[in-house]
Amino acid sequence: MPVMTYREALRSAMAEEMTRDESVVILGEDIGIYGGTHLVTDKLIDQFGPRRVIDTPIAEGGFTGAAIGMAMAGMRPIVEMMTWNFSFQAVDQIVQNAAKVRYFSGGQVTVPLVIRGPNGGGVQLSAQHTHSLENFYGHFPGLKVVSPVTPHDVKGMMIEAIRDPNPIIFLEAGALYGTKGEVPEGEFTVPFGKARVAREGTDVTLIAYGRQVNMLLKVADTLAADGVAAEVIDLRSIRPFDEQTIVESVRKTHRAVVVQEQWRWFSVGSEVAALIQEQAFDDLDAPVERVSGAEVPAPYARNLEVAAFPSEQQIVDAARRAMYRG
Amino acid sequence: MPTVIMPKMGDAMEEGTLLRWLKQPGDDVAVGDPIAEIETDKVTLEIEAGDAGTLSQTLVAEGAVVPIGTAIATIGEEDGAAGSGSAATVEIAAAVGETPYEEGAPAGPVGSIEETGREAAAVTAATLPSANGTAAPQPQPQPIATAPAAAAGSGERLRASPLVKRLAAEHGIDLGRIPGSGPAGRIVKDDIAPYLDGKPLPAAAAQPAAAAAPVGTAAPEAGTAPAPTLAAAPSAPPAAAPAGRPAARTSELSRIKRTTGRRMIESVTTAPHFFVTVEVDMDAAIAFREQANAQVGNGAGEDGVRVSFNDLVVKAAALALRAFPNLNASLEGDLLHEHPNIDVNIAVALPEGLIAPFVPDADQKSLGAIARMAKDLVGRARGGGLKPEEYQGGTFTVSNLGMYEVDEFISIINPPQAAILAVGSIKQVPVVKAGEIVVGNRMKLTLSADHRVTDGAESARFAGEVKRYLEQPMVLALG
Repeated sequence: MPVMTYREALRSAMAEEMTRDESVVILGEDIGIYGGTHLVTDKLIDQFGPRRVIDTPIAEGGFTGAAIGMAMAGMRPIVEMMTWNFSFQAVDQIVQNAAKVRYFSGGQVTVPLVIRGPNGGGVQLSAQHTHSLENFYGHFPGLKVVSPVTPHDVKGMMIEAIRDPNPIIFLEAGALYGTKGEVPEGEFTVPFGKARVAREGTDVTLIAYGRQVNMLLKVADTLAADGVAAEVIDLRSIRPFDEQTIVESVRKTHRAVVVQEQWRWFSVGSEVAALIQEQAFDDLDAPVERVSGAEVPAPYARNLEVAAFPSEQQIVDAARRAMYRG
Repeated sequence: MPTVIMPKMGDAMEEGTLLRWLKQPGDDVAVGDPIAEIETDKVTLEIEAGDAGTLSQTLVAEGAVVPIGTAIATIGEEDGAAGSGSAATVEIAAAVGETPYEEGAPAGPVGSIEETGREAAAVTAATLPSANGTAAPQPQPQPIATAPAAAAGSGERLRASPLVKRLAAEHGIDLGRIPGSGPAGRIVKDDIAPYLDGKPLPAAAAQPAAAAAPVGTAAPEAGTAPAPTLAAAPSAPPAAAPAGRPAARTSELSRIKRTTGRRMIESVTTAPHFFVTVEVDMDAAIAFREQANAQVGNGAGEDGVRVSFNDLVVKAAALALRAFPNLNASLEGDLLHEHPNIDVNIAVALPEGLIAPFVPDADQKSLGAIARMAKDLVGRARGGGLKPEEYQGGTFTVSNLGMYEVDEFISIINPPQAAILAVGSIKQVPVVKAGEIVVGNRMKLTLSADHRVTDGAESARFAGEVKRYLEQPMVLALG
């Protein structure tokens, strides 16, 4: 199976869909001639021309609104947010229009729109450029929110997103654009609402999405050295959400640790913990542990930034607490 | 003044019997002292004092059945000492600005949102009252602490993880006797795991000082501290083994086995059993059942439930009992109660013992209705979902070992019933028909009956009636 980077997998998904379907276009800042700030759209303008790879002004509210209109009129636009932090400029368009038009129109008008870009931190971009917005967008009915972590999943989920008739919030692991992984040749999709068991285990379930999943795999190695077999679940899809995989895992392991880069309060991890106690209460041997980002705006200094995000040691400690091996 | 109540020992428990008082008014009691023995539908156990003092009053007579939550005794304070343990708990909690310590609830300094990934560590950093009601400092949770479980029947809630509570209910394990190693003495899966495999439970009552020991420290008094590891030494002595032979694996009987055992002893020692065996020609019943089950999904049995041979026996016995009210009766002392209803119990073997749910009004139910109900009852008996009203009662019992290739066997009467029918396997045997030896299908039924209630002649006629119904199975469909 060919090996490619997360960035290449993403680009190939978009290029293949643009080849297959002429209604697919890309809009964003510096995505054409410059090739994209993160080079995700590099050279796509050479292949598809400036009418389908559209450089926009620095005006997220404007070009997101334009894309929503294009989608309502039958096209399948992909909007690049240079980073998801800039989407705050476009929240009114995303929440008030994209998420609601299908509902308002009684299903007559759909908004087949993908908004994509890097989400989360870890690359010293400081407070205004470091947010994890999965719970924020996951809150609104009408939006689908996904957060793939492997090159395989980012390609399969991007193709799925482009073909989906609903607005998709596509949260990329910005810190992982250069990571490599196997990606099958030819077109394939990864369905939304289905979590991935990244590693099987019997003693404790570790749950995350985005780049924390890679951290969990290392934690599972550490725990294995102690004789603890950790199961690692990659949510991949925040909304729709795969309750079944989580509940089945916790029924097996009786303990769960949810890990997220974002702040704990009102977060995805809170939702996962609530779900587990609702659906697997009689199988729990310990309270569900949450490991989250520090409740501060993201620091710039490298040492503080590292301290503000979940560390392997924190996750190991949480898993041990859940096992009463504190 | 602290009150002792009839505790709820299971979800289905609504009332309990006070068997006997172990303490009398005026006796001094310490926390954890057994003060009374009670009986629920499936278990007998001791209520322990949750407070120290003097037993002032017993409010319920021995033998009385009272609803759960009923006050059964009061305990007066001793010598003006600090109030009850539970009250002290509340005071201490209030003093440090916390809510009372509830099971599973964070009792540490919550509200600080800066710390992440360390919240749970703070959770255990609570204070609990020590034996004399003063706050004891709580060490950090790094060492696995061991605290005895809360005494059953005391005001303090027993702390156990949801998983442990479910496992305990499924295996009939008394959590009041298992020390918990989790925060605040929570019983966790590792604590209960050895007993799931049949290891004997530790000694019943934790000593008072240990019961109130602060979590995170070893219990102070020698001999009262439960072993902190999974290898906790069981209190029951291992059975002596002959020299050179390995020691036996020792375990306590499950609650169901203990209850069943007590009732079987009562039956065998009080009811003079006698036995009547008949052989039933099952050719017609086999053909009838095949014919009936061939209609499943074809306007009948749309739910896919098929009629079993046991269902045929239940129906045949129920119909036969109509003519033998003497055998559809309960004997209590010198009083014989003949029941107007014919409720047939079906004995079900579970790993933890026997249970016999019943099909009410089995004589009036169609075979299909009996089949569906029996399947549901047996399924739920195995899954642990039977309600007490589904197995407490019944007027006649059928016990079937036909599936185990037994020729015949005898059952012990299910007291206070008058008789029980034991069903053997259907066997292919050579039989003589019209002067020829041909292959026949025969099944043996053995009735065990109480000679105080009935005699051989009546029992033989009843067994013959059951046989007649089974040999003319169309009657079962019409009756």
